[in-house]
Amino acid sequence: MEFIYHFGDVFQPLSLALLFVGTIGGLILGATPGLSPTMAVALLIPFTFRLEPAQGLILLGAAYTSTVAGGAVSAILLKIPGAPANIATTLDGHTMAKQGRGAEALQLSFLSSAVGGIFGVLLLIFLTPVLAKWALAFGPSHLFWLAILGVTIIGSLDSSSVVKGLLSGCIGMWLATIGFDDIMGAQRFIFHSSLSGGINIIPALIGLFAIPQVLTMFAKGRIPSGTEVIKVQKHPLRKAVKEVSRRTRALGIGTAVGSIIGLIPGVGGQIAGLVAYDQSKKFSPERDKFGKGHSEGLIAAESANNAMVGPSLVPLLTLSVPGSPTAAVLLGGLLIHGIFPGTDLFDNHPEVAWTFINSMLLGQILMCVFGLYIAGLAAKVAQVPQSVMAAVVLGLAVFGSYSVQNSMGDVYVMATLGIMMFFLERFGFAAAPLVLGLILGPIAEANFIQGSMIANATSGSFSYFFGGTLNLVLIAIVLASIAYSVWMELQNRHVTTKEDAMQ
Amino acid sequence: MKTLLTGLAVAATMAFSPVQAQDYPDRPVMMMVSYGAGGATDFQARIVTMTAGNEDALGMPIAIVNKPGAGGRVGWNWLATQADSDGYTLGAYNVPHFIAQSIKGGVEYSTDSFEPIANWGADPAVFVVAADSEMNSMQDVVDFATANPGKLTFSGAGLFVGHHIAALQLEKAAGVKMAYIPSNKGGAGAMKSVIAGEVMGGVNNLSDAFRAREAGNVKILGVFDLERNEFMEDVPTMKEQGFDIDNASVNFRGIMVPKGTPQEIIDQLAATVPAMFENGKVAKRMKAGGSPMHIMNREEVLQMWADRQATLEELLAGL
Repeated sequence: MEFIYHFGDVFQPLSLALLFVGTIGGLILGATPGLSPTMAVALLIPFTFRLEPAQGLILLGAAYTSTVAGGAVSAILLKIPGAPANIATTLDGHTMAKQGRGAEALQLSFLSSAVGGIFGVLLLIFLTPVLAKWALAFGPSHLFWLAILGVTIIGSLDSSSVVKGLLSGCIGMWLATIGFDDIMGAQRFIFHSSLSGGINIIPALIGLFAIPQVLTMFAKGRIPSGTEVIKVQKHPLRKAVKEVSRRTRALGIGTAVGSIIGLIPGVGGQIAGLVAYDQSKKFSPERDKFGKGHSEGLIAAESANNAMVGPSLVPLLTLSVPGSPTAAVLLGGLLIHGIFPGTDLFDNHPEVAWTFINSMLLGQILMCVFGLYIAGLAAKVAQVPQSVMAAVVLGLAVFGSYSVQNSMGDVYVMATLGIMMFFLERFGFAAAPLVLGLILGPIAEANFIQGSMIANATSGSFSYFFGGTLNLVLIAIVLASIAYSVWMELQNRHVTTKEDAMQ
Repeated sequence: MKTLLTGLAVAATMAFSPVQAQDYPDRPVMMMVSYGAGGATDFQARIVTMTAGNEDALGMPIAIVNKPGAGGRVGWNWLATQADSDGYTLGAYNVPHFIAQSIKGGVEYSTDSFEPIANWGADPAVFVVAADSEMNSMQDVVDFATANPGKLTFSGAGLFVGHHIAALQLEKAAGVKMAYIPSNKGGAGAMKSVIAGEVMGGVNNLSDAFRAREAGNVKILGVFDLERNEFMEDVPTMKEQGFDIDNASVNFRGIMVPKGTPQEIIDQLAATVPAMFENGKVAKRMKAGGSPMHIMNREEVLQMWADRQATLEELLAGL
């Protein structure tokens, strides 16, 4: 209960002011395409130089929390996921916005973010020692199976057919091989100097999601106003709260998946949202509504990606090993004040450690309050004429891609992938499975190669990849996931033929 | 028309070149760091350049721009081929990384593409094992590797970086074959695999290993350097333990400029930058962050680059 003892520190005037600045700034940065949570935190570190360590961390903690949630704004309104965590949010969120339910989508997303986020931080507060062991339990073979589990959901994700979903996944995995391979030292598919660093996930996300949108909007030309203007429905907050509390299954799955996966170093944040989305789809009786503006999909995705915030810091705070890129940036922020994460942090600087964790807890609540406040205003974005919107989104896409690594190369990659995706979408391929392939490819490959290298030197490949309880559990889940997808596919086919026959 | 242009060009050269050297720098200077924000190189670069705006330093601030990718290759390729050589674009170097990469090929730079200015830090590699490991000295490690050739797994931050060089040196000096497992998640990923017991040992940065030891997670068995380090006086060097290993794997960090930068500017920077590193504020921050400083002037760095080039060419020849 030590965290309650240190709660007072957060309420000092300067700390509270920083908390507000961090939360509001984080929401704005998070909503800007291309500015991922990692980047936002890195941008804020120089501002902490002159602050006390605890105050600096309040700023960083609040910003981290709210950028993750802020990413939902552009995902819902513009269909540009601010970070890989928000991909699943676009699937139902943007569809809702197109139906004029943008305000509702934003309210649901902030409420479920807060629920997931608070649960995640509470895990961090109460279960850190237990979680630390769990975070270390995942070695190369387990991460490999986890990536394969991710691959099994590619087919069923937002495509017109399983085969097309799998094909997009394969394209993504191939794109992931481009660049310099850190393990074998080989250069692969580097046709142009802007590819030498491989395809960065953020420009790829922006290109794949935003550019087809922009092209479609331009293609429509200037339609006389009145015909295409979407009416933005007002949505009372009361109804949103009711909706979120009604969807306990989606909320529960999202929060649990987010907390568990978020903990695993190196995988966590990127796939938590997608896995949660897929799981709640499989468990929902209304699974046909997913992808058509169904609130469960949105709630699962958003509760998952905020639930992962707390647990993702466990390896950093207990073992001094940053488990995610954002944690690595936070490590820099701690070191600059001479504070070493690990036991030293909790033993010798409890005021810093607990103030930081408390600020994330309060940050979740503040984020929700501010988010709900802007939801109604932001949803009006849908009323902006399409021609204007296309130009704005294009500008944001270029800005966002460039700012990731200050490189024009990333802008070319973004544009190329975007144009490619525009044509692929014509043929019923979707961006989400492609991006999932791009994310999972390197995880599966690197861990397979590392695992094989270790296995060859020690016990042999078979016992390394198929031995041990955790491996077997993961393999069982993989098989169950495949079996379920096959079964669903067969059942759907059956239903379709019946309908066909009736027509 | 042509004469007019030539005349203008000559006038411009006459008018600007002396002024440029005298007034340099008259606007903020950019420094490219070829690793991501928050990494050790980025973190140290920000600290050592924070006093650049002072009157006794450059008098203008230095802004850090990150160009990460492919183990630093993206940033250094950019600096060698695309950056302006007008003195307003500096770059951070990591030795032995960029020299080893240029020897292995596939990149557009070598030591001849850059002019060093000064060195700020030296982070030696160390050998770590998990806190509960049975190995307590480098001799234990080598004994195991001799008894089980190719079966001792140990991690490091990738290929052709300081850790990999240290691993090669160890295998060569001890005459054993071991299984080096490169991490694609940098030093942090390599350290995690040691702590989690996925591998039996690992080569890692002294600063990160120091933190991990403070947290009670690892034992540090030896330093790949010429002398013991002030952060851990109790850890012996490899040479003390009977292995002929020099400081070729030590990660030297410093500032350089692209070739073609005017000589007056190089001289001016070479004179002011080491003094800027010596600022007490910088030293305090670096020490607090557990980053060992090692200030060298331009001549010393030129010598160090040449030495590394020779050592690494020999070491990497067999790969």
